[in-house]
Amino acid sequence: MKTLIIIKREYLTRVRKRSFIILTLLIPVLLVGMVALVAGISLSSGDQKKIAVLDESKTFDQKLESSKKISFTFEHTPLETLKQSLAKEQYDAVLYIPPFNKNEKAKFNLFSEKQLGMEAQKDIENQLNDIVMQDRMQEAGVDKDKLRFLQDETISVQPNVEGKATSNEAAFGIGYACGLLLYMFMLFYGMSVMRSVMEEKTNRIAEIIVSSVKPYQLMLGKIIGVALVGLTQFLIWIALIVIAMTVLAGSMGAGFASNPEVMNQAAAQANTGNDVAAGISAMLHSVNWLQISLWFLFYFLGGYFLYASLFAAVGSLVNEDPQESNQLTMPITLPIILGFVIMSSAIKDPNSGLALFGSLFPLTSPIVMMARIPFGVPGWQLALSAVLLVGGFLGTTWMAGKIYRTGILMYGKKITFKEVGKWLMKK
Amino acid sequence: MALLSVQHLKKYYATQRAVDDISFDIAPGSIFGLLGPNGAGKSTLLRMITGIFYADSGNILFNGEPFDSGRHIGEIGYMPEERGLYKKMKIGEQAVYLAQLRGLSKSEAEFRSKQWFKRLDMTTWWNKKVEDLSKGMSQKLQFVTTVIHNPKLLILDEPFSGLDPVNANVLKDEIFRLAQEGTTIIFSTHRMEQVEEICDQIILVNQGKKILDGSVKQVKQDFKENLFSLTLSNPDAPLPADIQVLKQEQNKLMFHLNENVPANQVLLHYINQGNNILAFEEILPSLNDIFIRLVQGTPAAREFVA
Repeated sequence: MKTLIIIKREYLTRVRKRSFIILTLLIPVLLVGMVALVAGISLSSGDQKKIAVLDESKTFDQKLESSKKISFTFEHTPLETLKQSLAKEQYDAVLYIPPFNKNEKAKFNLFSEKQLGMEAQKDIENQLNDIVMQDRMQEAGVDKDKLRFLQDETISVQPNVEGKATSNEAAFGIGYACGLLLYMFMLFYGMSVMRSVMEEKTNRIAEIIVSSVKPYQLMLGKIIGVALVGLTQFLIWIALIVIAMTVLAGSMGAGFASNPEVMNQAAAQANTGNDVAAGISAMLHSVNWLQISLWFLFYFLGGYFLYASLFAAVGSLVNEDPQESNQLTMPITLPIILGFVIMSSAIKDPNSGLALFGSLFPLTSPIVMMARIPFGVPGWQLALSAVLLVGGFLGTTWMAGKIYRTGILMYGKKITFKEVGKWLMKK
Repeated sequence: MALLSVQHLKKYYATQRAVDDISFDIAPGSIFGLLGPNGAGKSTLLRMITGIFYADSGNILFNGEPFDSGRHIGEIGYMPEERGLYKKMKIGEQAVYLAQLRGLSKSEAEFRSKQWFKRLDMTTWWNKKVEDLSKGMSQKLQFVTTVIHNPKLLILDEPFSGLDPVNANVLKDEIFRLAQEGTTIIFSTHRMEQVEEICDQIILVNQGKKILDGSVKQVKQDFKENLFSLTLSNPDAPLPADIQVLKQEQNKLMFHLNENVPANQVLLHYINQGNNILAFEEILPSLNDIFIRLVQGTPAAREFVA
């Protein structure tokens, strides 16, 4: 009953904070913004590099194709004049091709004032090589059509695993996202619990509260309260995503309807992108969302309780020195980071021994198992992992309760791990 | 029957005996002084009485029953030496919250908080945050949160530290009022002059051991040194036998009277001289003097004397 009052306070003070509201609203905006930015950068042409070509060998005349990134202009002025044009920024670079023997290795000079970049250089090399190769082929008696036929890629591999409908790409994305989210949640909310415990200890309010309630109730109330904050935040995000999707879909439809030109363009694009879109939607449909959400909830709560109680214990050990807290949190943050590292490898090979170990060991299982679930995990492994996790968090809360009870009232003295061990042994 | 009975309580830490076999009884409605230098074990003792620590051995009886923190915690109000409040929480909410943790319903907690705020002139603070309060103000709030659930036993650890004289008096009056209404009060301090006027009964603790127990009056009698002060019209008259004058200030003599000699004998001596007696008084030692005498020489005494 008193625990309930504590839960309520912990929950309300956090949710009412301005920083909670701002963060909750800002994080999705930042995420969307980041995705948009990355997409924008990779899609946008960047600066088009203007390159002057002085082809004295007459091999490449007008055969170099300009793209979004590079434009080629064939010049016939002497090299020195062209080089001078670099200074006037008329061109970014001058490619000088002297007469050369097609059957031997050759090196051409690319003059520029600034570095042109690896990508542009590779692009130019590829085009030059392709053209030379085609010439050589033709000389060897292979004509263009034959060449195209020879070069055509005809074979692709379709993954088809027995008893598993989820596509690998979707599983990878979802697994990674889930693992990453759990990692961030456990670290972020765990730290939040720790800071709050530290605050109560240094404020000396802890002594007042534990004269009314058992220390264990205070610790548990705090942990549960923060868990509810996390869930609230999560629900708000889901709601925001749903709203954003509907609004976006609605406005896109309206935009197309009011502007036939755009619609035509979109339709044209859709035709070419149809396969991709269908693929994506098939991918999304192949995922068992309900199952993943439920397991996510389980591993979120299990992992969070496991780590939050440890963080609470550490918070109770810290005196006012923040340096001390860094030292003491190390043993806790390490397994979380380890979990993340194992997850990164497990997601590439979900059935490896390391992945199995990581998804059973309670300190890493929330992150690792969650990343594996979209790929499909045998039932016994899920059951074992769940049992171990529940056992693990019962164990850590019990242990943390003991440490917390003593630590929260210890002042002034630096506490060593040896002493903590003694507290654990005491009944 | 004693409201609180502590029997052979022990709590040993690895390096020291914080509380070493302490026993005492507190009568209902009395004000009980728990005295001792810093580090004597007072706070540990109080933490065991409030159920925060478990004793290594010994018993605590509350109202005749073995102390059970689950059952009795609602009857106890505890204000620790180190005050603690949530700095960012509004004052009114904080009072209500702490009262709820003491077992009051929400409406009851709100009602009593408002009542106490009114009584101590704090109504305008309700929506302020603790971090905006002065030290004296937060002390008052702390006191309110300690007594809001009408505890039978009120434990105050250094309640006046940091209070200005005006607010200290307000608090003192409240403590007296509560005692008159039947609240039993444990008053822990190392400031002896506060105890003399407030407490009925005291114990003195030093290095984990009880070294003194009794009423303030009794203790003073026990430690008196046969010192008297006498003001005479002619202080330079011949002295009676059995006295040693320690000090003379104008007409006032301070002297030590040999043991088993009645003071009346001295007075008779002067009356027979025709010397006018203007004032006569036995000098009782202050608690401060007694305690300094008792704990002198022990390592913990140094800061106590200062």
